[in-house]
Amino acid sequence: MKFNALSFAALLAAMSFNLQAATRNYIYVVGSSTVYPFTTTVAERFGKSTDFPTPKVESTGTGGGMKLFCAGIGVQHPDISDASRRIKRSEFERCQKNGVKEIVEIKIGYDGIVLGYSRKAPHAWNLSRRHIFLALAKEVPDPKNPGKLISNPYHQWNDIDPSLPAVAIKAYGPPPTSGTRDAFVELAMEGGCKTFDWIKELKKEDKHRYKSICHAIREDGAYVEAGENDNLIVQKLGADPNALGIFGFSFLDQNIDKINGAKIDGVEPTFENIAEGTYPVSRPLFIYVKKAHVGLIPGIPQFLDEYTSEKAWGDEGYLTDKGLIPMPKEEREKYRKTALEQIPLQSL
Amino acid sequence: MNNDANQTLEIVKSGLARRRRRETRFRWYGRIAIFIAMAFLALLLFSILARGISAFQQTYIAVDVYLNPEELAPPTPEHLGKVDFEGLIRQSLRETFPEVTGRRQKRALYRLVSSSAAYELRDWVLQHPDQLGKAVTIWVLAGSDVDMYMKGAVDVSVPEDQRRLKDDQIRWIEQLRQQGRLDLRFNKVFFLNGDSREPEQAGILVAFKGSLYMMIVTLALSFPLGIAAAIYLEEFAPKKNFWVDMVEININNLAAVPSIVFGLLGLAVFLGYFGLPRSTPLVGGLTLTLMTLPTVIIASRAALTAVPPSIREAALGVGASRTQTVFHHVLPLAMPGMLTGAIIGMARALGETAPLLMIGMVAFIVDPPQGLLDPATALPVQIYLWADSPERGFVERTSAAIIVLLVFLGLMNLLAVLLRRRLEKRW
Repeated sequence: MKFNALSFAALLAAMSFNLQAATRNYIYVVGSSTVYPFTTTVAERFGKSTDFPTPKVESTGTGGGMKLFCAGIGVQHPDISDASRRIKRSEFERCQKNGVKEIVEIKIGYDGIVLGYSRKAPHAWNLSRRHIFLALAKEVPDPKNPGKLISNPYHQWNDIDPSLPAVAIKAYGPPPTSGTRDAFVELAMEGGCKTFDWIKELKKEDKHRYKSICHAIREDGAYVEAGENDNLIVQKLGADPNALGIFGFSFLDQNIDKINGAKIDGVEPTFENIAEGTYPVSRPLFIYVKKAHVGLIPGIPQFLDEYTSEKAWGDEGYLTDKGLIPMPKEEREKYRKTALEQIPLQSL
Repeated sequence: MNNDANQTLEIVKSGLARRRRRETRFRWYGRIAIFIAMAFLALLLFSILARGISAFQQTYIAVDVYLNPEELAPPTPEHLGKVDFEGLIRQSLRETFPEVTGRRQKRALYRLVSSSAAYELRDWVLQHPDQLGKAVTIWVLAGSDVDMYMKGAVDVSVPEDQRRLKDDQIRWIEQLRQQGRLDLRFNKVFFLNGDSREPEQAGILVAFKGSLYMMIVTLALSFPLGIAAAIYLEEFAPKKNFWVDMVEININNLAAVPSIVFGLLGLAVFLGYFGLPRSTPLVGGLTLTLMTLPTVIIASRAALTAVPPSIREAALGVGASRTQTVFHHVLPLAMPGMLTGAIIGMARALGETAPLLMIGMVAFIVDPPQGLLDPATALPVQIYLWADSPERGFVERTSAAIIVLLVFLGLMNLLAVLLRRRLEKRW
């Protein structure tokens, strides 16, 4: 058996020596699972149409991606980070501390967050952000004494507003680690929360308490954490016609034969409405580029050129087929210039 | 005396029926248990097969193109890289359906063909430079929506605005089908491509190679290390020694540690301390080695214990040293058991995703790895990534990847059984 071990070791050594890569020749992207479908589409086209190798795209979530991105300069660190929200001040400072001084911020488009429901559902949903807040917050203002908070007493939608269907409140959504959840909480929940004047006032006096009221999601079973897998939420909605599901617009777009999007503040989640900005729960998506790696890793300027070209992110570009909502033309031009000239972010 | 014996016989007889009934009952419990287990297995396999089997076929579409020598010559890679093959394919589609006008309609028409068609045409021209100047019909990948329709996965009874495939597109597809321009063929792409954003172009080659490389690394490290550790602990280590006991307890505990913990360990040690490159089969294999090592040690020790002491005593009796005893007599007899243990440990490692999440193997990788230091994914990770993709076409791809993984696992287990049969000695 000595022979066996030796031959394996020899094989292993041979394989690693022959192909030892001293430097990295492919672009390395990390970050948000929401931006992942878009970046991978560009990466694939870029790999096919140029002589550069296809970039490697890792799906780590926005926060995880920023952590890797800001760890330092060098081939072992990523070149680009996908984000489904803007970089945080703390992340920016961490980057600076680790020598990642120049970061190019490129907004790539918008994503709508959809409250979907099964096409088999007996009623159409028409919600306001206030409804969403009252249905899903951990603590809500007492209906009898609006200045005081009580733990969420609502069990059925029609308890909140008689015009809503008489079914139990149940929403499948992503866990706290998800960028979709962050955006949902900030846009939908906080949007509804602010409709109470005294809470809105609180924002100036006690920002911490304001956040803890508006951002806390109930934990008594009405909000079901369904994991990061949006397909799973879509499947669960099929089996449960009275439930709502929270996910990105691209999943509604791909499953339009099974899922309807709830109207929010009277606006339907359609491509046009999100692009025009009338649909209230939409967020920008970003990619962040390490300027120090331009020149170190081949192909970064060409990759950005492809990403910001009209045929990719334009009104009829291939990214819109994947569910990306394009920015208006002026904004596209502005960010294309940022990308091509690699103008770094000065501060937040 | 006679009376006594009769009495005993009576007691035995009266209880006999009950004992037999109990025996029969117990056998039935066993059969029912096996039946339930088999039913679940059959259900699982059936649902995966039913969903995944269609992915082994893929829709191809015939496109007529005129290879204009003025545009295409010289047919070198540099020149052809600049040619607008997408335009050629679109032109061909427009000629097939001259009635299609308007931007929206045309876009819907172009979507019948996969976005890889242009690259397929380019590669075809590169291989057939003698065809320049001729009008040719070549078969390219159809778009995923067309493929889903051909496989009957599109429900045409729902209203038009509720499906991805519109009425016009369905009419075109039917027309193409009648002309014999659509064909379901064996899905080579699935086995020859890496990951892709387009379901019709996505394949498992990167994941398969990644898994294979990781298994090689894991086997090369965990098998010799595991056997050496097992032989020492079983044959040479002093008995009833505090430290030896500690080592044993720790090995047994490690075998039960959740696999994600090994992922974290791999992240801290191999990526953090040694600075090995992320997402590579080398790091994946090392991490999985940590995970399989305890299993291999435990199985190997069990195999060594199963060798009867008489073999050792006989060897020592004719004057062999302890090392000679172990390597000439005990080890060959224990080897089938050790191999089985190692292969079962490897099979478990093959199906792991959790530790690989931590070391960056959950990634979009298109180019197949050429060695242990090129980025790769693994089969279970590919399944996880596809299961999370919005496009409908990935549903069947996910199940097909599961089928491939199951076949891979089945082959490894079969190998374990065969090796054992071949090498096993009975005494």
